[in-house]
Amino acid sequence: MRRLVRNRVAVFGMVVVSIIALAAIIGPALIFRATGYTYDYIPADPDLVKSFAPSWMHPMGTDNEGRDMLARVLLGGRISLMVGIISTIVSLVIGTAWGATAGYAGGKLDELMMRIVDILFAIPYMMVVIVLLALFGRHTAMGQLVLLFIALGAVSWLTMARIVRGQVISLKNQEFILAARATGVPKWKIILRHLVPNTLGPVIVYATLEVPAVMLLEAFLSFLGLGVQAPLASWGSLASEGIQNIAVFPWQLIFPGVTMALTLFSLNFIGDGLRDALDPQMKKS
Amino acid sequence: MNLLSVRNLRTYFDTDGGVVKAVDDVSFDIEPGKTLGIVGESGSGKSVTNLSIMRLIPSPPGRIVSGEVLFGGKDLLKLPTDEIRKVRGKRIGMIFQDPMSSLNPFMRISRQLMEVTELHMGHSSKQAREHAVNMLQLVGIPDAGARIDSYPHEFSGGMRQRVMIAMALSCRPELLIADEPTTALDVTIQAQILELIKKIKSEIRTSVILITHDLGVVAGMADAIIVMYAGKVFERASAGDLFERPANPYTKGLLMSVPDPLRESKARGELYQIPGLPPDPANLPPGCPFAPRCDKAADICRREFPPMVQVAPGHESLCHFAKEVYAEAAHLHS
Repeated sequence: MRRLVRNRVAVFGMVVVSIIALAAIIGPALIFRATGYTYDYIPADPDLVKSFAPSWMHPMGTDNEGRDMLARVLLGGRISLMVGIISTIVSLVIGTAWGATAGYAGGKLDELMMRIVDILFAIPYMMVVIVLLALFGRHTAMGQLVLLFIALGAVSWLTMARIVRGQVISLKNQEFILAARATGVPKWKIILRHLVPNTLGPVIVYATLEVPAVMLLEAFLSFLGLGVQAPLASWGSLASEGIQNIAVFPWQLIFPGVTMALTLFSLNFIGDGLRDALDPQMKKS
Repeated sequence: MNLLSVRNLRTYFDTDGGVVKAVDDVSFDIEPGKTLGIVGESGSGKSVTNLSIMRLIPSPPGRIVSGEVLFGGKDLLKLPTDEIRKVRGKRIGMIFQDPMSSLNPFMRISRQLMEVTELHMGHSSKQAREHAVNMLQLVGIPDAGARIDSYPHEFSGGMRQRVMIAMALSCRPELLIADEPTTALDVTIQAQILELIKKIKSEIRTSVILITHDLGVVAGMADAIIVMYAGKVFERASAGDLFERPANPYTKGLLMSVPDPLRESKARGELYQIPGLPPDPANLPPGCPFAPRCDKAADICRREFPPMVQVAPGHESLCHFAKEVYAEAAHLHS
C-alpha cells in the first residue's frame, strides 16, 4: 500500500477517478441547485432549441435539444462507470469460479474447462456481444443496460479464468493446502477459504485494468448504437451524438470524449500502480 | 489390540519414466499410546506411507494398489470420502515438515485453529476460539490470548510449528503423524518441539508416528522403529534393540552416518557416509535394492531379493546376511 502511494502517477489516477466518480454521483443535483435547470431540462421556446457554445451558465455548452452538456456528461459518467464496474464484477465471479474449479480439480475436468475457454477465446468477442444484444435487447432502456452488463461480463471472464487457474495450480501443491486437507476440510471450503483469497493479488490488478477496458468496449458499442439506449446516456452514446455535429458544435464531442479519455487513463494508471506495488520482484526498489 | 495396522500397503506412482513403487509391501502396527519411528533417506517412501494412511496421495499420478490400513477396526482405504474426512484431523492429526508453508498466509492463526474444531466438534465460534486459546497455551505460546489473532508471518518457525501441533491436536486425535516435524528448525528449537510432542503425547495419550531421517530424533522418542529403503521395510525392531544391535547393513550405515561431535573433533577424520545414491525407484535392480551401496554385498544380493529374517523376537531384518550382521553387532558391543 505504501508503495502504491509513493507512485505519483497512480495517486494522480486515484484522485482523478475519485473526483469524476463523486461528480457523477452528486453533480447533477448540485447543478440543479445552482442554476435551476434539471439535467433533462429542454427549453420550451422553439427558437432557443439549438446548441449553445460553452458559457458560464453551461460550462460545456448545450446539446441539440438545449440540454446542459455538463449534466449530460456527468449522467453519462454514472452509466459508463456502472457498466465498467458491474461488468468487471460479473467477469470476476464467473472467471474466479471457473478458474478455481478447473485448477483445483485438475485432470480431465481441467482439460475440458480450459479447452472451452480456448474455444471462446477464438470467437471474436465483439461479435458475441453484438449477437447477444441483437437477440435479446431493445425492450427497455434499463433492460438493455442489464443485458449490457451481462454481455460484457460474459466475454471478459476468459483471461480472469486463466489467471485464477494458474494461481490455484501453483498454490494447491503448497503444504498449507495439504495441511487443510489433512484436517478434513471439505473441498469447497478449501477452494473458497484457502485458495481464492491467496489468488487475490493478481486478480485485483487484472480487475482494475479490466474496468477501463470494459468501459471502452461499452463506449464502442454505444457509439455504434448497440449499447446504452435513450433516454439513458453514456460517454459513448454522447460521443456518438456529438460526432454528427462535429463541424458545427465541436463541444458536443470534445467534452464527453475528453472526460472519458481522462478517466480511462487514470484507471489504467491505478492498475499499473497496483501491479507494480504487488510485484514481489520490485520489493527492493 | 493395535490402534493402527498397516498391512501390505503398496502405493505406486505412474510417471513418464515408468511405474514408481514408492511404497511396496509395507506393514507395521502401532499400539495405543506408543510412538513408532519411521526412518529412512529422502525418497524411501516414509512420507508416502503416511499420506496413504490419510488417503492424501495426489491421484493421478499416485494410486494405492493394494493393502489394508486398519484403524480402530475399520479399513481406511475402503471408507467413502466423507467418512475419511471425519477421520482426518479428528482422529488422526498430522504435522508437516515445513512450518513456514503449512499455514495459510492469508488467514489469522485464530481462524485456522477454529476451523478444525468447528468442523469436527461442532463448536460455535465462541467455543472454538476459547478452545484455540487453550491449545495455544498448551503448546507453549506465551500470551496466547493476545497473539491468537496474528497472521502466520508474524510468528517464527518454531512458533508456527507449535501452532501446527496445536492444530493437529485440537480434537484430541488417537494418532498423531509427525512428518519430519523438526527438519526445518534450528537445533535448539528442535529439542523444544520434540519435548513438546513428548509432553502432549503423554497428556492426551495419543499414539505418534514420527517420520524422520535423523536417528538422533527417534532415539529419545520412539518405542519401536522401522527403517525404510526404496519403498521397503528394511528393519523392524524396538528402539533399544535397533540402536544396540542393528541387523541390517543399511541401518548400520545410517547409525554410523550420525556425526558425533566428540568423536569428530578428536579424530578430525572424515565423516562416515554410505557410498552411492539411493536407487532410481522407477527401475530397481532385481536383487536387493541396497546391494550396489552395501559393503557386504555378495552375488546372491544382486540376483535375489532378500527375505525378511527374524533375528530375535520382534526384531526382523530384510537381508540375506541378517543373522551374520546381527551377530557381528553383538560382538562389536561386547
